[in-house]
Amino acid sequence: MDTQLQSTPTIARDPARSFQDMILTLHDFWAAAGCVILQPYDMRMGAGTFHTATTLRALGPEPWNAAFVQPCRRPTDGRYGENPNRLQHYYQYQVILKPSPADIQELYLDSLKAIGIDPLKHDIRFVEDDWESPTLGAWGLGWEVWCDGMEVTQFTYFQQMGGFDCKPVAGELTYGLERLAMYIQGVDSVYDLAFNQHGVSYGDVFLENEKQMSKANFEVFDTDLLFKKFEMAEMECRNQIANNVPIAAYEEAIEASHIFNLLQARGVISVQERASYIGRVRDLARGSCEKYAELKAPEWAEKYPEWSLV
Amino acid sequence: MADFLLELRCEEIPARMQKGARGELEKLLRREMDAAGVEVGDLTIWSTPRRLALIARGLPTETEAVHDEAKGPPVGAPDQAVDGFCRKNGVTRDQLEVREVKGRETYFAVIEKPGQAVADLLAAAIPAIIRDFSWPKSMRWGAASISSESTRWVRPLSGIVALLDGEVVPCVTDGLASGRVTRGHRFHSDGEIEIAGADDYAEKLRDACVLVDHEERAGIIREGARKAAKAAGLTVVEDEGLVVENAGLTEWPVPLLGRFEDDFLDVPPETIQLTARVNQKYFVCEERAPDGTTSLANAFICTANIAAEDPAVVVDGNRKVLAARLSDARFFWELDQKKTLDEHAKGLERITFHEKLGTVADKVDRVAKLARWLCEEGIVKGDPDLAEQAARLCKADLVTEMVSEFPELQGLMGGYYAAKEGLPQEVSDAIRDHYKPVGQGDVVPTAPVTVAVSLADKLDNLFQFFMADLHPTGSKDPFALRRASIGVLASLERNQIRLPLERLVERSYRELIYDWRAEDRLACLSIGRTAYKSDDGTEGWYIVPSPVDPDSDLFEDPDFSKLLLIEYYDYDDTRELYDYELQDCGVFEFLRFVAYREALLDFFADRLKVQQREAGVRHDLIDAVFALGGEDDLVRLLARVKALQSFIETDNGTNLLAGYKRAANILKKEEWSAPENLDGKDLSYTAETAEKALIDALADAAPKAASAVSEERFEDAMAALATLRGPIDAFFEDVTVNDSDPNKREARLNLLARFTKAVGNVADFSRIEG
Repeated sequence: MDTQLQSTPTIARDPARSFQDMILTLHDFWAAAGCVILQPYDMRMGAGTFHTATTLRALGPEPWNAAFVQPCRRPTDGRYGENPNRLQHYYQYQVILKPSPADIQELYLDSLKAIGIDPLKHDIRFVEDDWESPTLGAWGLGWEVWCDGMEVTQFTYFQQMGGFDCKPVAGELTYGLERLAMYIQGVDSVYDLAFNQHGVSYGDVFLENEKQMSKANFEVFDTDLLFKKFEMAEMECRNQIANNVPIAAYEEAIEASHIFNLLQARGVISVQERASYIGRVRDLARGSCEKYAELKAPEWAEKYPEWSLV
Repeated sequence: MADFLLELRCEEIPARMQKGARGELEKLLRREMDAAGVEVGDLTIWSTPRRLALIARGLPTETEAVHDEAKGPPVGAPDQAVDGFCRKNGVTRDQLEVREVKGRETYFAVIEKPGQAVADLLAAAIPAIIRDFSWPKSMRWGAASISSESTRWVRPLSGIVALLDGEVVPCVTDGLASGRVTRGHRFHSDGEIEIAGADDYAEKLRDACVLVDHEERAGIIREGARKAAKAAGLTVVEDEGLVVENAGLTEWPVPLLGRFEDDFLDVPPETIQLTARVNQKYFVCEERAPDGTTSLANAFICTANIAAEDPAVVVDGNRKVLAARLSDARFFWELDQKKTLDEHAKGLERITFHEKLGTVADKVDRVAKLARWLCEEGIVKGDPDLAEQAARLCKADLVTEMVSEFPELQGLMGGYYAAKEGLPQEVSDAIRDHYKPVGQGDVVPTAPVTVAVSLADKLDNLFQFFMADLHPTGSKDPFALRRASIGVLASLERNQIRLPLERLVERSYRELIYDWRAEDRLACLSIGRTAYKSDDGTEGWYIVPSPVDPDSDLFEDPDFSKLLLIEYYDYDDTRELYDYELQDCGVFEFLRFVAYREALLDFFADRLKVQQREAGVRHDLIDAVFALGGEDDLVRLLARVKALQSFIETDNGTNLLAGYKRAANILKKEEWSAPENLDGKDLSYTAETAEKALIDALADAAPKAASAVSEERFEDAMAALATLRGPIDAFFEDVTVNDSDPNKREARLNLLARFTKAVGNVADFSRIEG
C-alpha cells in the first residue's frame, strides 16, 4: 500500500476537484489566520455549534480562535441515500473568532476565494438571518451568505450563550461543506462529489452509511432503550453538574439532545411532549454552561478586571 | 451657510430595516439640532445595505448668541429661594443683577449664551445619534464588547464620514473616529475613497459602483426587470415590495432573467411565485397566449449585486437553487394529492386550535353546523349541503405539506386540491375564499356557499374566544377578532344579509350546552325557570337548575331571549334555594353567558362604529340609532343611519332637532315625568291655536312615523317627523308651557313628552350634535 502511494505522482491540491482538498484548503487558510485547527468532537451532535470549542469557549473574556470540521447528525433528514441533497450525516466547517475581528467579513470572503469562488464571477450576498438556539440559551445576529442565490454559510455574531451575554462577542462561521463542494464541483448529487482526486466519490464513502443509518434512525432503534438512554444522560448530567465538572455534564447534554433527535425520527414523541423534551435538553445545556461560567468566572475576572459575568 | 454630510458605514443592514433607519436618522439629527438651536431645512437621506447617508444643506456655521433675562425673587428673600433661582439659571449669586420692579429691589439673572460653532455641535451630536439610534434588533461586536456597555448597532459599525463644508467634523465613538474616507462596492472597488464633501459624495460612490440613492436602485430594478421580461417576450409580475427588498440587498443592482424547466408549471402558479419571492427574492413573469389569456411563464428575474464577468454563470447558479426549491414544491403538490381532503381533515384532530378550545377538528365541526344553519334558516341563500361539505373540508389543507411549508397558501391550496378531486365548484371556491375578507379593502365573497362558510368561520372564532374570556384588550388582539368582526360586517353589508346577531349568539350558547350534555360531562345540566312573586310584591323569574330532559324544548321557547335579559338575578338567593353545586348546574355558566353576550354585541357595535366612521358617517348619528337599543340587524341599522343622515342635513331636520332639544331641556328642567299613557286625554281647557296645531300634527305624524319604522321605511319615518317642524316652532313661539294654571302646565308638559317620544322612536335625537 505504502509503496503504491509513494509511486503515485503528487497531484496539486485542487479544491474545485476534491472534497477533501477543499477542507484542507480551508484548514490552511484559517491556520494562517491564527486559528487552532481542531479535530471533530468525538460525539454525535446536531450542529458544529454544539462543539465545546464553540459553546463553552464563547463564554468568558479570553480570546479564542479555532476552526474545525464537525460531522453533524440530523436523523430526520435521512433519505436512505435516495435524495441528492439530503443526508442524515453531513459535515459543517466551523470557524469561531473571539472577539470578532473588525475584518471578519473580508477574512471570510478571502476564504471563499481560496476554495475557488471568485466574487466577480459569482454573486455573493449577506442576507439577514438571525440565529437562535433555545436549547443552548443562545442567540446571535448575522446573515446567511448567498452564492448565486444558494445559502453556503451561516454567519453569526453570538450575543448570548447559556443565558449569559457574550463578553466579548464571538463571530461564528458555519460552512455547509457538501453544498459548497457541489457548487464548486458543479455536480447535482452529493453522492457524485469527488472526495479526492483519485477517483473516490462521496457516495463511495457515505452511501452505504446513509442507507443503513436512515433505516436505523427511522425503523430500528429500540425506543424503550432510547427513552432510558435519555433519562440516563439526564441523570448523569445532573450528577456531573453537582460535582463541578461542567464539561462532562455538557457532554451528557449533547448526548440527550441526540437521543431526543432519534426519538423524533422514530416518531414516538407527540407534539405536546416535544416541547417538554426540548425544555429538558435546554435545562441540561444551560445548567452545564452556567456551571462552567460560574466555575471559571473568578479566574476570568482576575485576568480581565474590566470583565464581569453579568 | 454650510453643507453637512454624514455617512454611517456598517456591515449589511437587513433590507427590511433600511426604511425605518432612514426615518430614525432624520428624527435624531433634527432632535439634536433642535436642542442645539440649529435650524435644519430639508434633508436628503439615503441607504444601501452597507451605509446610511445624510446630507443637510444650508446649515448655519454658527448659532446666534442668545441673551436671556430671568426675573428672580426680591432682595431680602430667603437664601433658599435665591440659591434655587441661581441653580435653575446656571449663574452664581454674585452674577445676579439687582433692578427695581414696582418699587422693589429684585434679583435678575442675565444669561449670555455666546454663539457656538455648528461643527462643534455636530461633533457632539453624532455620538448621541449613534447611541440613541433605535433598531428593531441591535448587537454588540468586537473587542469593545468585553463590556456590556459597548456601542450597539444593527451590525458592526465600521466607518463614519462627517464633513461640514468639506471639513471633517471630528468625533469618536467607541474607538471609531470620523473622517473623510469611505469604501465603495465590496467587489467592484478596492481600497479607500476620499470624499471632499456633500457635493461629490454620491458621484464618488457611483464611480466606485455604489448607487447610494435607494430610489435610484429601486428604479433600476423596476425598469431592468421590465426590460428583461420584455426582451424575452414576457411581462414581469409587478411586486413593489420585492423591488424595495432587492434595492435593500444591493449597491449595484443588475436584474437578470433566467428560465426554469417547463415541468414545474404543473404546480399552482401561486406556489411558484411564493417560492421564488419568499425564498429567493425573484420576480416571476407572465406570458400572453394568442387568445389573450395570461399565464405564469417559466422565467424568473434575480437581482445580482455585481456586473458579473459572465452573467450566465450567475443565472445558472440561481436557476439550480430555484429548481431545487420548485422540485420540493412539486413533491409536496403530488404527495398531498395522494390523500383526499376528507382524509387530510382527519389530521385536524391532532392540531390544537387553542388550549382552551379544543382541536381544529372540533372547530370545523362547529363551523360546519353553523354554515348549514345559516343556509337552512335562509339567512344566507346557499345550499345547506354544499355549505356543510365545504366547511367540513375548509381547514383540511392546514395539514398538507404545501401549507406547512407556505402557511400563506392556506385556503388557496385547499381550493386547488378540492378542484383536483372533482368536488363541486361551489365547494372548492368556498374552501379557497373562506378566509376572505382579510382586513379592510380585501375582496368580500359573494358566492352564497362561500359567504356561509366565511361567516360561520369568523363568527365561530368570535363566539369561542369571547366565551373563553379571550377577547381583545387594548391594543392586544392576538386572535385577530377585530379583523374577524370587520370581515363579518363587510360581508353582511356587501351581501345585504339580515343576520340576527342576538339569536346567533344564543345559538352558540345552546350548542355549548348541548355539547356538554352530549359529552355527559354534567348529567343534570339544564336550565329551567319558574315564576316567582316575592313578599314585597316584585315579580320575576328564577333560573332553576333542573334535571335534564334530553328533548327539552327550553331553547326553542320564543321567550328564551327574554329569559336572558332578566336582571333581577339574585345569586345568593338561588344558592339558598338550591344548595347544590351551582357551577355544575349551568347557572354559573348561564350568568357568564349573559355577560359574554353583552360583551360580544358591544364589540360588534364598536367595530361597526369604527367602520362607519372611517366610511365618513357622523358618529353621533350612529350613536343616536344605536342608543335605541334592541337592534342587532346591521342592514336595518345602517339604513336607519343613512336616512337619518340625509334628514338631519335638511332645514327641517336641523330645526326639528332644535325643537326636540328645547322640549327635552324643558322636561329636564321641570323634572317632568310624564305618565305612561299619554294619549287620548281630552283637555280640560280650550287649547290655543298653536297648541292645537301641534296636538293634531302629532296625532297624524306619530303613528305614521311608528309604522314607517316598523316597516323599515326610514325615509318615510323622517318625512313624517318633518311635518312636526312647523307646529313645534309655532308652539314655542306662541304658547307658554309653564302656565300658572297647573292643568295647562301639566297638559303642555305631557304634550312635549309625547313629542319627544314620537321623535325618539325614530332615533335618539339627544345624541345628535348641533
